[in-house]
Amino acid sequence: MLIKKPGDIKSSEITDKKVYLNRRLFMRGAVLAASTVATGFLYRRLLAPEIDLPTPTGKAAPGSQVAPKQWGLPGEEATPYQDITHYNNFYEFGTDKYSPARYAQKLVTRPWTVSVEGLVNKPKVFDLDELTRLFTPEDRVYRHRCVEGWSMVIPWLGFPLAELLKLVEPQGSAQYVVFETANDPKGRGIPQTDALTWPYVEGLRLDEALNPLAILSTGIYGEALLPQNGAPVRLVVPWKYGFKSIKSVVRIKLVERMPTTTWVAEVPDVYGFYSNVNPDVDVLRAQSTEQRIGDWGRRKTQPFNGYAEQVAHLYDGMDLSYYH
Amino acid sequence: MKDIKFYKLAIFVNALVPLALLAWDWRRGQVGANPLDFVTRTTGTLTLVFLVLTLAVTPLRKWTGVQWLIRFRRMLGLYAFFYGSLHFLTYVWFDKWFDLRAITQDVVRRWFILVGMLAFFSMLPLAVTSTDKMIKRLGGKRWQKLHRLTYLSAAAGVTHYYLLVKSDTRKPLAFAAVVALLLGYRLFASYTKRSKPRPLSLTQQSPR
Repeated sequence: MLIKKPGDIKSSEITDKKVYLNRRLFMRGAVLAASTVATGFLYRRLLAPEIDLPTPTGKAAPGSQVAPKQWGLPGEEATPYQDITHYNNFYEFGTDKYSPARYAQKLVTRPWTVSVEGLVNKPKVFDLDELTRLFTPEDRVYRHRCVEGWSMVIPWLGFPLAELLKLVEPQGSAQYVVFETANDPKGRGIPQTDALTWPYVEGLRLDEALNPLAILSTGIYGEALLPQNGAPVRLVVPWKYGFKSIKSVVRIKLVERMPTTTWVAEVPDVYGFYSNVNPDVDVLRAQSTEQRIGDWGRRKTQPFNGYAEQVAHLYDGMDLSYYH
Repeated sequence: MKDIKFYKLAIFVNALVPLALLAWDWRRGQVGANPLDFVTRTTGTLTLVFLVLTLAVTPLRKWTGVQWLIRFRRMLGLYAFFYGSLHFLTYVWFDKWFDLRAITQDVVRRWFILVGMLAFFSMLPLAVTSTDKMIKRLGGKRWQKLHRLTYLSAAAGVTHYYLLVKSDTRKPLAFAAVVALLLGYRLFASYTKRSKPRPLSLTQQSPR
C-alpha cells in the first residue's frame, strides 16, 4: 500500500484554507437562500389568501372615471369599485373574501331567467332582458353591512322589488317571499362546495319585500353586475345583514309560511329569519360597531343600518332581540 | 454536517420570511380591501403553525433518533409567541383601539375571543421562563411541568380558530387534527411508559 508521507504532497495540491472557508460560506449562503425561497413559496401557497388586483373584466373600473365621492351618501364616500368587486362573500365559489373575484368568472349569466311563482295570480318566467325593459333600473346608493362586522357604501343600479311583485299579483294568502340562487354546476358553472347546503335560499316577509327600499339589482356604479357581486340579478335589502341580499336569483316564490333560510338552517342558534342590522343584538359577534372598508378604526352601527325611518314601522310591537 | 449554530441561524431567518412577505404585500397594497382582517388572519395562522412545529420537535426526535433537534425547540416556541403577540396586538390596537371596555365586553360575550386570550396568555409564562437562567432557577422537572402549558395553548388555539369561522371548518379541523395527533402521541408515550415498568435488573438493558 502506498501511503503518502506529508512530504509527498505538493503544497500546491493542498486546498488553501481561504478557499475552503470560502466554499463553506458559499454553501451556507446557498442553503440560506434556497430555504428562504422555499419558505416564501410555502407561505404563499398555504397561508396567504389569493388576492387579485386587476379587474376581471379588463375594463377600467367605472369608479375610477367618476370619483367615489360623487357616488356617495352625505358625509359617506362610496366604497371604491375595486374593493366592492374584490372583497366578497359568495360561498358557492369559496369561503374566503378573495375567492369569488377569482372563481366566479365561470358563472354563466346568459341566457338567464327568473321564475316568479307560488301564491300569485299571474306566475311568469321573466327573461333578464325583459326584466330590465319592464322596470327601469335607477341608481340607489345604500350602506351594506355584513354580519362579519365590515361595511361598504355601494352605488347599486336596480328597480324596486315591489314593482315586480305587483305585476304578478300576490294572492291574499301569500305571507312570505322566498328567493333562490342558481344551483346548476354543469349549465351555470357553479361549483358545489360543501360549505353550505345548496341552493342558497333567502326570504322576506311580504310587507318587507314590498318596502320601496328593497330592490332587485342588476348593476354597480352604473355597470352591469360582475359575477362575484351576484350577476346578473340579485336582491338588495339594505337594512338587513348582507347575507339576506341573495345573489344570482333564479326563483322568487310567494308562500304562506316562513321559509327556513340557508344560514338559519346551517346555524339555527346564531341566525334569525329577520336579521335586521341591530347594534344591540349579538349575532356571531358583538354588532355594535363596524369597520367601513377603506377606514381605519370602527364606527358605530346604526339600528336598521340607518334606515329606521323607512322600515322600523314594519316591526312595531315586535321584540327585536327575540325576532332577530 | 452537524452545524447547529448555522441551522439555528437558518431557522431564525426562515421564520421571519412570512413577516417580511406580509410587510412587502402591505407596501404594494396587496392586502385586500380589509387589511385589518388580512393581518389578523395571517398572524393568527402563523401562530398556530409555529405552535405545531414546536410540538412536533419531540415526536420527530424520538422517531428519527436525531437528538439535537431539541436545540431548535426554544426558538420555534418563541416564534409562536412572537406571532401570537402580533396577532394579539393587531386585535387590541387596530381592531379595538385599546378600548378596554369593548375588549372586556368581547371577552365576556364571545367564546372565541375568550379562548383565544387563554391560548395567548398561557404562552406568556413560557416565554418569560425560556432562558437558561430560568430553567436552572426553576429546576428541570418543574420547568418541564410548567412548559406543558404549550399543550393547553395549542388546544385553545385551534378551538379559537374553529369557533370563529362561519361555516367552512376545513382549515381549523386540519389544524385540530395535527394538534390532536401530536398531543395524542404524548398521551400514548406516557401511557406505554407507565404500563411497561423498567426491568429491575439493569444488566440486560441495552442503551438506546
